[in-house]
Amino acid sequence: MASKVQVPGKGEAEPRSGFVFLPLIAGWLVPGAGHALQKRWGRAALLFLSITSMFSLGLMMQGKLYMPNTGDVLDMLGFAGDFGAGLLYVAGRALDLGHGAVQVATADYGTKFIVVSGLLNVISAVDAHNIRVGRKP
Amino acid sequence: MIFTPSHFTAVLLFALFASIVFAITQRSNTRAMVRYGLFCFAMFVVSVIAASWLMYFIRH
Repeated sequence: MASKVQVPGKGEAEPRSGFVFLPLIAGWLVPGAGHALQKRWGRAALLFLSITSMFSLGLMMQGKLYMPNTGDVLDMLGFAGDFGAGLLYVAGRALDLGHGAVQVATADYGTKFIVVSGLLNVISAVDAHNIRVGRKP
Repeated sequence: MIFTPSHFTAVLLFALFASIVFAITQRSNTRAMVRYGLFCFAMFVVSVIAASWLMYFIRH
């Protein structure tokens, strides 16, 4: 009976053993940490700088941090985006930032900056996972 | 601290940060990352300028 064992091809990175989801979780909690765990220091630094700056600028523009339990579907989607920023979102809520009561155009931009920084962080965490499992060199 | 950029500054900042993340996550080697990052940044800015002129002509 033939067995179906996947052997990495020539030039293909061999997946390492251990907890493969660690870079995914670390990258979600702290931007760039997933890449840093795999010693991709330059990429990690750039990701951390970009995502953290975007989130911070969003808050400085008086953007809003969405809450999970408002009952409004759009608010819940906004929360899903915000929560992608991991510990940045937790820190923002803990410091009581992002109330969004100010009605100026830049505050609306700030809200979008915060949501997009969370979504970009999810993309970077998935990228770290892909590197970990050998799907990306 | 409050930061109130102009509309165009906000666009440039958004394009810069998003392009960096796109470049790192969507390409594998450094040269391709730089090229793709510059491409994304240019596309963001050009699209915004084109959309702005479009809205201007719709308004007038």
